[in-house]
Amino acid sequence: MVSTFQNYTRYLVIVLFALFLAACETVPNDSATSTSSTSSSTAAIEIQDGVYVGSDTIEMLAVDVPDRIFFAYDSYSLTKAAQDTLEKQAKWLKANGSATIAIEGHADERGTREYNLALGDRRANAAKDYLMTQGISSSRVTTISFGKERPVNSGSNKKAWAQNRRSVTVRTN
Amino acid sequence: MKKLLVYLFPLILFTNISFAIIEIDITEGNREPLPLAISEFFHDNNQEIIDKKITENIRTVISDDLERSGLFSSIDDKAFIQNNRAMHLKPRFADWRLIKAQGLLTGELAIEDDRLRVEFRLWDTFAEKEIEGLVLITTIDNWRRISHMIADKIYERLTGEEGYFDTRIVYVAEEGPKNKRIKKLAIMDQDGANHKFLTSGKELVLTPRFNPVRQEITYLSYFKNLPRVYLLNIQTGIQEVVGDFPGMTFAPRFSPDGGKIIMSLAREGNSDLYVMDLTNRVVERLTDSPAIDTSPSYSPDGKKITFNSDRGGSQQIYVMDSNGRNQKRISKQGGNYATPVWSPRGDLIAFTKFYQGQYFIGVMRTDGSGERLLTENWYQEAPSWSSNGRVLIFYRETKANNAGDGHSSSIWSIDLTGFNERKLITPVDASDPSWSKLIQ
Repeated sequence: MVSTFQNYTRYLVIVLFALFLAACETVPNDSATSTSSTSSSTAAIEIQDGVYVGSDTIEMLAVDVPDRIFFAYDSYSLTKAAQDTLEKQAKWLKANGSATIAIEGHADERGTREYNLALGDRRANAAKDYLMTQGISSSRVTTISFGKERPVNSGSNKKAWAQNRRSVTVRTN
Repeated sequence: MKKLLVYLFPLILFTNISFAIIEIDITEGNREPLPLAISEFFHDNNQEIIDKKITENIRTVISDDLERSGLFSSIDDKAFIQNNRAMHLKPRFADWRLIKAQGLLTGELAIEDDRLRVEFRLWDTFAEKEIEGLVLITTIDNWRRISHMIADKIYERLTGEEGYFDTRIVYVAEEGPKNKRIKKLAIMDQDGANHKFLTSGKELVLTPRFNPVRQEITYLSYFKNLPRVYLLNIQTGIQEVVGDFPGMTFAPRFSPDGGKIIMSLAREGNSDLYVMDLTNRVVERLTDSPAIDTSPSYSPDGKKITFNSDRGGSQQIYVMDSNGRNQKRISKQGGNYATPVWSPRGDLIAFTKFYQGQYFIGVMRTDGSGERLLTENWYQEAPSWSSNGRVLIFYRETKANNAGDGHSSSIWSIDLTGFNERKLITPVDASDPSWSKLIQ
């Protein structure tokens, strides 16, 4: 009887410890910048490999011509979706031969200010370079980096950061 | 800022520099603060021109400076037993020892030819002798600076290191929501007094840095949507763009002689380091890598430059000769590193480190060895050294909630020992602090 009670206590201790561990694991860890999308179900759909793939925040330069593309953390490579968007922008620029544009490069808040200015410049120029490969003259395109100074989403979470890692094409005339 | 003339006269010529009994080793962290009794400076009652407030404030400014250093505590003046002219001439040391004062500051104010004459003496209550004494003469409205200078003298006498209280901080004042943040340059005394905005907030401004020898600031402005490095003369308010560059210039910092500005230039997606001589406007390119090279900072002898680069695949700290030769990575403890700033003493480089989702302010020797992390937080960066290399200021941000609220930004200071972390009080949110040298 006594030994059973002891076994019970031991069992109880183990169960409580397991519950404690489980509780620890569910503490959200937004500060990690890894691109895994385990946090919430919506984030899982909207972020792929650290790149925002949803449609919130996007504005249209013309019908079916999105104004922005998104990047992974500390990256300036263009995803397939980003290339598709830039191709649409290139077509629109060809159809509107007098239009000039500025490409704004932006970073999320998880990086030092000066490095992010350089990173924003990289992103804006990655977009500009792609437009040039599509036959758009560099004289029609200026770039400006805002680093992390102009987030579109003011939150401090993975979705906000993914929406803020972007380059935005703005018509200048 | 108007020209300040201060005359310093040593009160006593030391016949022998005997060992002082009170003395602080500031390389030792978390020591008990040294108790000092700081008395209100007395003056003859017929000197009505001296505002009662000035005498009180001088005491407060000195006492606050010393207490904020974390090395001293100021004994409540309600405990004081002696408070008159006699004390200034010859304190009853035994009485001051009774209230545990190891040091006693006494002083006298007078007006001479419309100028303020401040005399102070610092006494060692155990050795029973005067260990420091000076007369300072200046205009009456300079009482605040005089107070900082006295605090500097006391700090210097008791620690053996130069003080850092007669200094100012330039920073970016921030207001409004994160996505429409309004940023202005602002300047204040090291203790927050004499706060002043230097720009209107119409243009986005970032990263102001003091010229080490002139009343001048270099910073980044988005004037006309062209982000460029600017110079601002604090006395005249005149701003001018630095150089004529074909792209964004950013991350500016002065050379130790104040004659050059080193900065990044971004061209077609690539940021490299350049230096411009402010006298002849000659520009020299220092790095030529396809990676990001930014956040440069000179060594105090001007012979070396430390900077931030991701040429090895991640953000790390590098050191090179000031002509761009012998570039080599020094950070190697894992994680990302940024914003290296060379200590005014030359032996250390302060930095921001990003590791496992947290941000750290730390220091390492100039070869990368001896890394010490001083403080960890959700977000903080951009350390700036006190003029004596004993204290760092930096800015820290709080996390916003999902609605974007709850975000704030403020300036903090921490000792090189990793102790005495304090928030600096500013009228609005604050970031990008730069600490001046001692005011000349």
